[in-house]
Amino acid sequence: MSAAALARAPAPGCTDAPVLRERGQREVFCGLTGIIWLHRKIQDAFFLVVGSRTCAHLMQSAAGVMIFAEPRFATAIMEERDLAGMTDANEELDRVVAQLLARRPDIRLLFLVGSCPSEVIKLDLSRAAQRLNATHAPGVRVLNYSGSGIETTFTQGEDACLAALVPEMRADPAPGLLVVGALAEVVEDQMRRQFEALDIGPVAFLPPRRAADLPGIGRGTRFLLAQPFLAETARLLEDRGARRLAAPFPLGAEGTTAWLRAAAEAWGVPAARFREVTAAGEQRARTAIARHRALLAGRRISFFPDSQLEIPLARFLARELDMRPVEIGTPYLHRAHLAEELALLPAGAMLSEGRDVDCQLDRCRAARPDLVVCGLGLANPLEAEGFTTKWSIELVFTPIQGYDQAGDLAGLFARPLDRRTRLMV
Amino acid sequence: MQLAIWTYEGPPHIGAMRVATAMQGLHYVLHAPQGDTYADLLFTMIERRGARPPVTYTTFQARDLGGDTAELFKSAARDAFRRFQPQAMIVGASCTAELIQDDPGGLARALDLPIPVIPLELPSYQKKENWGAAETFYRLVRGLCAPPAPRPAGRAPSCNILGPTALGFRHRDDLREITGLLERMGIAVNVTAPLGATPADLTRLGEADFNVVLYPETAAPAAAWLARAHAQPATKTIPIGLNATREFIAEVAALAGIDPAPVLAAESSRSAWYSRSVDSNYLTGKRVFVFGDATHALAAARVATEELGFTLVGLGSYAREQARELRDAAKAHGIEATISEDYLAVEAAIQAAQPELILGTQMERHTAKRLGIPCAVISAPVHVQDYPARYSPQMGFEGANVLFDTWVHPLMMGLEEHLLGMFREDFEFQAEAAPSHLGATAAATPTLPATLTWTAEAERELGKIPFFVRGKARRNTERYATERSIGTITLEALYDAKAHFSR
Repeated sequence: MSAAALARAPAPGCTDAPVLRERGQREVFCGLTGIIWLHRKIQDAFFLVVGSRTCAHLMQSAAGVMIFAEPRFATAIMEERDLAGMTDANEELDRVVAQLLARRPDIRLLFLVGSCPSEVIKLDLSRAAQRLNATHAPGVRVLNYSGSGIETTFTQGEDACLAALVPEMRADPAPGLLVVGALAEVVEDQMRRQFEALDIGPVAFLPPRRAADLPGIGRGTRFLLAQPFLAETARLLEDRGARRLAAPFPLGAEGTTAWLRAAAEAWGVPAARFREVTAAGEQRARTAIARHRALLAGRRISFFPDSQLEIPLARFLARELDMRPVEIGTPYLHRAHLAEELALLPAGAMLSEGRDVDCQLDRCRAARPDLVVCGLGLANPLEAEGFTTKWSIELVFTPIQGYDQAGDLAGLFARPLDRRTRLMV
Repeated sequence: MQLAIWTYEGPPHIGAMRVATAMQGLHYVLHAPQGDTYADLLFTMIERRGARPPVTYTTFQARDLGGDTAELFKSAARDAFRRFQPQAMIVGASCTAELIQDDPGGLARALDLPIPVIPLELPSYQKKENWGAAETFYRLVRGLCAPPAPRPAGRAPSCNILGPTALGFRHRDDLREITGLLERMGIAVNVTAPLGATPADLTRLGEADFNVVLYPETAAPAAAWLARAHAQPATKTIPIGLNATREFIAEVAALAGIDPAPVLAAESSRSAWYSRSVDSNYLTGKRVFVFGDATHALAAARVATEELGFTLVGLGSYAREQARELRDAAKAHGIEATISEDYLAVEAAIQAAQPELILGTQMERHTAKRLGIPCAVISAPVHVQDYPARYSPQMGFEGANVLFDTWVHPLMMGLEEHLLGMFREDFEFQAEAAPSHLGATAAATPTLPATLTWTAEAERELGKIPFFVRGKARRNTERYATERSIGTITLEALYDAKAHFSR
């Protein structure tokens, strides 16, 4: 940030807003946690983490109760013998994969997921995947990506996973729309219907619900990012000739309309037709959002960095619910993908990228926001200090995109404040 | 490599965190990659603590590996000291940091901090959580305990209570129960550790006459060292169950040089009478499978057989260290112990034994659910519901009451069991059904108002709504449609209704 830039009067929006960049202790999940929702999304995929007992423990702590529903993920726990070179790590991996596939013959797609320990000892999982493909083809396709904490933060695990799928997509130069980012099935279906009504298509989704339904890609492909954390996936899609449609993210009435409009403009849908198709949904969203405005309007909100959803969420809460963002922390800020969001974000909030958790807590205590959006490691301690918190991970596990989830999304932020007013203990 | 979906124990540095978080005035600087902070939420969410664990993580990233991760560790340790001002510090590495070999102990020594700094060597690829807790506590005791002071004659006998940690299964209430029992015996508690102790308290451990070891999994090495260095004997009996509690009282009294008779005469547990009362008749010989950490599994096997009259058909543990003891106990019941960390092997053993009740961990609870067998939790690992708000010890006389209620609750009540045996064709009252006091089975599908129909598309959409709110969504939509005289519920109507109710 140059002094000249700081001296400039703030433009409307946050396009030129300074960003505080911090280094220090980061209280975030690693990319392995992406598996928790991805394994439910791709129904015939299995995620095998190659890591340590810590990775296995993380997965079961984060997956809570789901671990028992015979989940489609597991950890190949490295032991002393693997590190001491007493056993060949690749032979061990082959054995574990064979054991796994014998137990789960329904698997069509197997991800070998790298972790901090496997990355540090430079265990080459991409070569292992190639080798295993030769063994288990054609029944099972084996891919790899890294969800290690040293390389990925929380939702970046999804980015890494989808990026691994891009080279697998067949070449198809025909025009089509690709929606990128794992969405709840109900949201996906709503969007599919919207695009159908607008005569936009064919529409495909990445990730698909089944490995076999992986869409094609080529020069005719236009893609919309449904999630803000897909930098690498977008880059690889562009390398294969696809073009990104710039848009804010489909959160809230305004965000959803602008997101749909980006596709409508690319397909040359007349403005009147667009309004006709989207008016009812947008109105429904506004009606549902309005119920929460009384509780949220004028309230000050701070975001601790977590998922990269922070900026789009702050934009939605500020513009559609009149909340006042104090600090918006994000683990990583992708300027190009968030350009439309930053332009809409009201000036005045402080943007921060990266983190030093203790310094950020100091700032939070000094600013005393009405609502703090943060991870589960901080939520109860902040509540005990008298803050009202909204735990952020829920925003990744809940359908929040599109018109018909806008009210639910506002409700997620209203609920902790509502609870505060009800409790008399 | 070992294929694992579920692990009974976390890595050893989690054990170290459990000790650090249990104590006051101690800080843990952990060399670990970004993401390992997930461990915080074990304490803030599962145990519902209202403060962050006293742990500073270096959270290095890939870009740091090319640079100076050692410097990163040093600045983290320096900052942690400056910010938190602890009385003492422990330093160590997580599994990934172990691979990059930065030597946290040496680096911390080089900082020359004005407090004791205790390095931890926790081999992540060999050892596990309980070992990590025990090793950490041992290192702390060894590093901080002052030379033994002469114990003045004529004062009341005193003991230390060793073993309770953060994230321990019922440690909070076990401690209250046993502390009260010792007080009623006229024995002073010198220091309780790790839970609630400061590093300064650990320096005073040598002042007690003997040690009460509540959880050998975390306190055995420290107690063994105190026995050697300070000539403090330690208790061996774990006071879980009525008989074990009485034996514990006798053992403690012998160590303190007092008469146990007054306490033994004055105290009892309702569980004895509950177990003798005639409605417990039907519990006789019920087949029970027991699995958990070694301490709780052995104690539960004894309570189940001696105090409830069950038949033990399975006994096991994920703790290989105590395998021999478990095998001996199992042999006494004519069975083979299940010693395994693989929950699938435990599941197979359960299926082979065909028990009527499983006493186990969170994992066995889910195995039981899958197999349709009643189950109660007796040991870590446990989830949030086993850190209850109410007073619920496992140890001592009140603990015995808790065990009776908890273990009998999942079983079908006697009369219901009889009637099912007699009338097998009842349409509501089937053998597969859960005990009727544990809630209903599948709810019936609601009938539709005659004026209403759903389009197939809207019905499909409704099916995508999570099942626990689907019923409410259906009812709201139909109410909305009826109020507006809409005869056919379309997708549009479904979402109009959703926006209308929108909560």
